Amino acid sequence: MALDDLKTKDFAFVGTRPNRPDGLDKVTGRAKFGADAYAPGMLHGAILRSPHAHARILRIDTSKAEALKDVKAVVTRADFSDKVPFEPGLEGEFWNVLENVMAGDKALYDGHAVAAVAATSALAARDALKLIEVEYEILPHVTDVDKAMLADAPVIREGAADYSVPEGMHPNVVRMHESGHGDVAAGFAEADLVVEDHFTTEATHQGYIEPHACLATLGMDGKGELWCCTQGHWIVQKTCAALLGIETANLRVTASEIGGGFGGKTTVFIEPVALALSRKANKPVKLVMSRSEVFRATGPTASASMDIKIGMKKDGTITAAEGIFRLQGGAFPGGPAEFTAMCAFAPYSLSNVRQVGYDVMTNRPKQAAYRAPGSPMAAFAVESVIDELCNQLGLDPIEVRLKNASREGTKASYGPRFQQIGLVQTLEAAKAHPHLSAPLKPGQGRGISCGFWFNHGGETSVSLALSEDGSAQVMVGTPDIGGSRASMALMAAEVLGIPYDNIRVTIADTATLGYNDVSHGSRVTYASGLATIKAARHAVEKLCERAAKKWGIPVDAVKWENGCAVPSGPNAGDFDPLPLADITANMGQTGGPISGHFEATPEGAGVSFATHIVDAEVDPETGKTRVVRYTVIQDAGKAIHPTYVEGQFQGGAAQGIGWALNEEYIYGEDGRLQNSVFLDYRIPVASDLPMIDTVIVEVPNPGHPFGVRGVGETSICPPLAAIANAVSAAAGVRMRNLPMSPPRILSALKADG
Amino acid sequence: MVEVHLWSGLRALTGGLEVVEVEATDTGEMLRALTRAHPQLQAPIDAGVSVTINGRVIASGLTEPIPGGAEVYLMQRIRGG
Repeated sequence: MALDDLKTKDFAFVGTRPNRPDGLDKVTGRAKFGADAYAPGMLHGAILRSPHAHARILRIDTSKAEALKDVKAVVTRADFSDKVPFEPGLEGEFWNVLENVMAGDKALYDGHAVAAVAATSALAARDALKLIEVEYEILPHVTDVDKAMLADAPVIREGAADYSVPEGMHPNVVRMHESGHGDVAAGFAEADLVVEDHFTTEATHQGYIEPHACLATLGMDGKGELWCCTQGHWIVQKTCAALLGIETANLRVTASEIGGGFGGKTTVFIEPVALALSRKANKPVKLVMSRSEVFRATGPTASASMDIKIGMKKDGTITAAEGIFRLQGGAFPGGPAEFTAMCAFAPYSLSNVRQVGYDVMTNRPKQAAYRAPGSPMAAFAVESVIDELCNQLGLDPIEVRLKNASREGTKASYGPRFQQIGLVQTLEAAKAHPHLSAPLKPGQGRGISCGFWFNHGGETSVSLALSEDGSAQVMVGTPDIGGSRASMALMAAEVLGIPYDNIRVTIADTATLGYNDVSHGSRVTYASGLATIKAARHAVEKLCERAAKKWGIPVDAVKWENGCAVPSGPNAGDFDPLPLADITANMGQTGGPISGHFEATPEGAGVSFATHIVDAEVDPETGKTRVVRYTVIQDAGKAIHPTYVEGQFQGGAAQGIGWALNEEYIYGEDGRLQNSVFLDYRIPVASDLPMIDTVIVEVPNPGHPFGVRGVGETSICPPLAAIANAVSAAAGVRMRNLPMSPPRILSALKADG
Repeated sequence: MVEVHLWSGLRALTGGLEVVEVEATDTGEMLRALTRAHPQLQAPIDAGVSVTINGRVIASGLTEPIPGGAEVYLMQRIRGG
């Protein structure tokens, strides 16, 4: 449903590039992140973690640790609520989270928390961990998704599979998705060429620079305060309350500045543990993860094993497409198999399509969301096969994608018809971009790929308060992970008609606003933005009422223009424009403070597409790959602050480069993670990256007052495929397994002869 | 009447039907009517579903009106990262 008040042009503030409001704090060190909080009498927490991939916990003896004078509390699973029910699949997500933050009967992966200590110093806490005795019965383990589905694979947890899994599948398969339409067999029969292939991607970590950190206080009266680094403090509040058996409203959660999240901070890991320690010690407890703990015990993305089959006619028409996607999400349900399946073929208009996804448990950490969870791996597999079809049929990869592209009215591969979308515009922009026709040097290859993500709305509540001097405060509930404070201020400025610099946006705590969903799903500029616009309009209604009262005319005879109340027409009377600051100056005497508020669950996020162009070169002697040119073209609906939008585009590409070329969780035969520090887990640094060029396409989303579509996630959907297509072209051999690390490239070159 | 298109994985719960007709004027009514007609759909609905109405994704809302003749699809709950 299109909003009847959609504005897509003639903006005064939206679309400009003012300085970021958090810039000075961040470059001077004044910004307070998770680990920057202190409280009088504060203790330090540390967590004991399983060294085994799969083991029954026979006994935990904490007595020696508790005997230390510096130790004030030790907690195990017994210190958490026993009222959290186990349910199959994702229905029992609170139980899954509880089991993840503190092991019950079994340790399910290397790094799984089994006990925790609070002591007077961080060193004393870590020393005390060494005195906790845990007796384990080591069990067989499995860390590979395909092996976890085999009949003889060890069972991680009986009864975890939900309704969707057919009888006869291994108990490690816990959810299944199947969708599509048409007759794929008939479609393949129509094709001039059918390519069928197998692809894998490894688990990668979101790699945020700031490790998880929190400061928790929970008194014996059941009232608590929690400061933490999170993408969503209301979900932290709700989850911690459930896991500790306290009332939600009695726990106030404040979000710190956040040093990156990318989906990985949409759940809890250490917060309930710190609260449990605080409750037992009756003191504030600070808990800060090491980088190694972040790798071992917080959510990487899922790894994937995928089979793709696509049929194409000689003219480039895709006749049928089929994909089987197996996602491992660690020792819990939640691998995003349904999203991998639903996103896989979404860029294309297909008469015959079928996609199947399996969510599979292994002895690895519980996966967490990572930008467009599930979609990048699907694009890697599907777009690699389309590239191969184009190569074998001698077709232009852009023209083939344009020929088959989803448009408004296309029946999506996952079911419904698309509303207004911008895929074709991104492909046309790619076709016209000088990058596509630039000559390549010997040893270089070029790849392109499209990508798709749904985007999200979610519960949202925003308040806006005007000050006597005519400035405005905006309180939002979505942690600023991508520049949202600047975007909110621009949207509020647009409605109020006051300068950007006169608006301060803060992230309110859970006691200040109604429930706000997490900063995920690329929802913040869309949903909090929509709510900010509506809250500002609410305040404008009140400003117009004050002006009407002052002028003695009906309120519907007043309108708001350029920051002033003005008569709505010649019949309304002859009054000079009344600026906002003139109305607020004496608002206490004309009816009281003026504020605006809006709360809703906006349901019009608008899906998003992107097209990426990549040039890569491969050194055949060493197998080293270098990305030499990169262009991101994406539909943003409307770019509120274009610099931040470009930053999101570039960030998605940079993380995609890491995922494609180097990043991977490496497990030994013993099921232990072998590369849990940045020295061994290689994320790209500035010197690894070319300048990433960006093109913002703007096809307005009818579900937002200014046409915004989320941009944070779609940018990571095409890179794996675009880079793989470029590297495959440069190496002369199809790369089917990520990451395309030097040993893999050399091995592929050798196998190709 | 609203024709609700299900994802094909749900056919096993509806006796092979991929399109179910129910009487409903909004999303909440539609979901309740679906479970009345096919009680086995309760599990996937409890696990979380989204609905599309003429292509517009309703992530979780139970009060969204469904106009006559609208194209309606049930989808697994949309989340993000």
